[in-house]
Amino acid sequence: MADLTSTFVGIKSPNPFWLASAPPTDKEYNVRRAFEAGWGGVVWKTLGEDGPPVVNVNGPRYGAIHGPDRRLLGLNNIELITDRPLDVNLREIKAVKRDYPDRALVVSLMVPCEEEPWKRILPLVEETGADGVELNFGCPHGMAERGMGSAVGQVPEYIEMVTRWVKQNTRMPVIVKLTPNITDIRRPAEAAKRGGADAVSLINTINSITSVDLDNFAPEPTIDGWGAHGGYCGPAVKPIALNMVAEIARHPETADLPISGIGGVTTWRDAAEFIALGAGNVQVCTAVMTYGFKIVQEMISGLSQYMDEKGISSVDEIVGRAVPKVRDWNDLNLNYVTKAVIDQDKCIKCARCHIACEDTSHQAIAMSDDRVFTVKDEECVACNLCVNVCPVDGCITMRKLEIGETDPRTGEVVREYANWTTHPNNPSARAAQ
Amino acid sequence: MPSDPFTPGVAAGRLSADRIAANFADLHPPLDDHQAAVESDRCYFCYDAPCTQACPTSIDIPLFIRQISTGTPEAAALTIFSQNILGGMCARVCPTETLCEEACVRHEAEGKPVEIGRLQRHATDRLMARNSHPFQRAAKTGKHVAVVGAGPAGLACAHRLAMKGHDVTIYEAREKGGGLNEYGIAAYKAPGSFAQDELDWVLGIGGIRIEFGRRLSGDLTLDDLRATHDAVFLGMGLGGVNALTVEGSERNHVEDAVDWIARLRQSADKTDIPVGRDVVVIGGGMTAIDAAVQARLLGALNVTIAYRRDKAAMAASEFEQNLATSKGVRIIYNAAPREITDTGVVFVRTRSEGGKLVETGETFEIAADQVLRAIGQTLAGQPEVLALEGRKIAVDEHGRTSLAGVWAGGDCASGGDDLTVTAVAEGRDAAEDIHAALGA
Ligand SMILES: Cc1cc2nc3c(=O)[nH]c(=O)nc-3n(C[C@H](O)[C@H](O)[C@H](O)COP(=O)(O)OP(=O)(O)OC[C@H]3O[C@@H](n4cnc5c(N)ncnc54)[C@H](O)[C@@H]3O)c2cc1C
Ligand SMILES: Cc1cc2nc3c(=O)[nH]c(=O)nc-3n(C[C@H](O)[C@H](O)[C@H](O)COP(=O)(O)O)c2cc1C
Ligand code: SF4
Ligand code: SF4
Ligand code: SF4
Repeated sequence: MADLTSTFVGIKSPNPFWLASAPPTDKEYNVRRAFEAGWGGVVWKTLGEDGPPVVNVNGPRYGAIHGPDRRLLGLNNIELITDRPLDVNLREIKAVKRDYPDRALVVSLMVPCEEEPWKRILPLVEETGADGVELNFGCPHGMAERGMGSAVGQVPEYIEMVTRWVKQNTRMPVIVKLTPNITDIRRPAEAAKRGGADAVSLINTINSITSVDLDNFAPEPTIDGWGAHGGYCGPAVKPIALNMVAEIARHPETADLPISGIGGVTTWRDAAEFIALGAGNVQVCTAVMTYGFKIVQEMISGLSQYMDEKGISSVDEIVGRAVPKVRDWNDLNLNYVTKAVIDQDKCIKCARCHIACEDTSHQAIAMSDDRVFTVKDEECVACNLCVNVCPVDGCITMRKLEIGETDPRTGEVVREYANWTTHPNNPSARAAQ
Repeated sequence: MPSDPFTPGVAAGRLSADRIAANFADLHPPLDDHQAAVESDRCYFCYDAPCTQACPTSIDIPLFIRQISTGTPEAAALTIFSQNILGGMCARVCPTETLCEEACVRHEAEGKPVEIGRLQRHATDRLMARNSHPFQRAAKTGKHVAVVGAGPAGLACAHRLAMKGHDVTIYEAREKGGGLNEYGIAAYKAPGSFAQDELDWVLGIGGIRIEFGRRLSGDLTLDDLRATHDAVFLGMGLGGVNALTVEGSERNHVEDAVDWIARLRQSADKTDIPVGRDVVVIGGGMTAIDAAVQARLLGALNVTIAYRRDKAAMAASEFEQNLATSKGVRIIYNAAPREITDTGVVFVRTRSEGGKLVETGETFEIAADQVLRAIGQTLAGQPEVLALEGRKIAVDEHGRTSLAGVWAGGDCASGGDDLTVTAVAEGRDAAEDIHAALGA
């Protein structure tokens, strides 16, 4: 069977599946259960500085977006960092690490943006035997207003400065957790690297309001009539996170910076996708908050099966394998021509493809009186919309036209690779020879 | 002249070969990939799942369904087989409506449970199609265990023992293995050669030898087995049948349903299996239902199940009863047989009074040119030394009999329902206990 063991910034774990810093890792009880269930590592729920802990709201913390059948697709939270005393957390971290030496245990930290508080907390964490620290520069609510979390994460100079302080004051590996609430994710990643970070992790949650109570005209979750924006996570944020991970992985300045991929990871496949786009491991929060710790068993069996079938013997062989394929639009082959093809045996005749194309696209799917749907190759621009709206997986596929075939839509013969930079319609096109 | 459903008497080939083949096709056809994707999406991944609790082999149902939904049906199959090596057969024959699917929370929520049985089949078919055995044996222990009977209990026990590194010899009285999977289960539940294919696949683990035509209390004695093996497991099922003590029950057109079914199961295309025009099946369990339904599928014109007690008392589930009636079988309740004549069966009507069955004295006759007895199987050929509990070999929760070094499980042993899946669970658990006892 495939070997799932993982080494991330020198931290070993039996598999690349870690729990993200959040309620699932808030205390010893949870973390022990997580390790028993098979999780490879955890990032402990973010600790703040010593003193009276933060307080959470005592009404609802979460709002959600559901798909059909109430499948939870997105979760929004207004929870803060840990609301338990520092010494209790440290004691528990030490006890858990002692009992599970083979698992990764990283401690998430968020203290005020001054060097002293960092100097104070780091030795305390080191003393627990924890494997590393993660700097929470991502929390978008509550802590940001106090000048921490994403208030730091949105200013690259602060990231660099704090990271440098931390590196100077500890021997532990330092992972900088990034906020997605920023225009260009490469800037904070560069800053973390300049500050000496061993890795970045991303994404933290995205500013969000999930819904509005239309009787009381207040955002949900509503606390005594009012609501505040929260942080969005879960399957819905995965595409955003994947892109951000890929951007950092293919950016020359940060290409060698290890990444811990976070955001919507729910199945083995999600994890493999993050890893292929450059993540060294993944962290999970919403999926376990929805289904419990046991889902790691599916991740383990699924990734093992995938690796066995592909003849891949270690997770490292997958890391970053898709990165070279992530390109700018300008690089894409404009002579790659495909046409939608409908498998009439699979078609259940719902007409979704037809109406999507007819009303909103290129009028390329004909519908007969007896509900037979046929792609008009002379109209189909291969946009893929029909594939995406068809309820039957694999019913509509894309057929690639071979070089030399004529595209019935343009009447042109399909040629070798050529992109926009050489296209005649491009005013600044370089002359094609 | 070829026979048809109206031909009087007992005759083979009442329907064309094509018609018979179509009639005996899969009762629950396999889910295709799309159906499996849609169905697996319905599972809520319940914690401490009620479906798993209701499965006698405790298959981790939410996990295997999740593995299907994430595109790894082979991993799903491993989850199933690690608990139940006959998960393929169980997916076909389990009365899921009274087991996992009855317990499914979506049955509670909307009356439509997740189709666990068919999902299980989807996964197990996929892995078994690879034709390689998914488990490896532990290092050899040098211990040798005798298993009596190659039915579900014996096979599950032998497989688990082989996996633990023990060598196993199965002594099987018949000329084929599989037990009732091969000779008893309704043909439309396990069509084709699935029982034999599954048997071969299970044996793929290695370390299991079957000696056919060897019978305990025939050419073998328990003492011999104990002397030559480190432990003995009895999975001999129920070899006998309850006697029907009514006048005429020795007549030529009267037969035990299990024997008739066994012949049917061994026939390749079933056109050679004679069946009456007017068939009466006496009994109220799964065997009665299976015999009656298969008689109809072969082309019998009138098939009646006559049961002594009322509908609620019937051992066959509501689903099974509905299946029978949907195939045109008539079920008559509260009818006890009094006499079998050359042309029919005379019944006396009954009713229950304070939990006791009393005959009303009122009689009626149903025409019959074939009568099938399905009033229950009994233990037969078990070694005298073993203590019984009721009419079965007494075992404790580990499957230990009253005699040291001898375990038993499946239909022949006390406790549990007489189901394939229960036999598998008991065989497997006994193997675990044997392994512990052998201290290897
Ligand atoms: C007609 C019928 C239909 C059924 N349908 C279903 C169904 O749909 N679903 C379901 O879950 N269950 C069904 N059952 C019940 C199920 O088949 C049994 O519970 C199950 O097969 C029991 O397994 P077993 O291994 O204990 O016994 P068996 O399957 O009976 O196997 C016992 C084996 O031991 C051998 N043997 C017997 N005596 C000796 C001896 N003295 N020496 C050596 N070998 C011996 C036999 O030849 C046989 O191979 C049905 C039963 C019948 C009769
Ligand atoms: C209730 C809740 C609390 C969270 N608290 C923290 C936190 O204290 N520190 C932190 O770094 N991230 C925190 N997060 C963010 C998660 O660690 C993670 O980055 C985010 O949820 C995206 O992953 P997911 O889609 O798997 O949930 C929290 C998330 C949730 C839902
Ligand atoms: S999940 Fe538990 S703690 Fe949260 S609201 Fe429900 S019962 Fe209360
Ligand atoms: S959307 Fe798919 S299923 Fe529906 S009509 Fe089009 S091809 Fe057929
Ligand atoms: S009870 Fe039903 S919904 Fe729940 S885990 Fe079992 S099959 Fe899935």
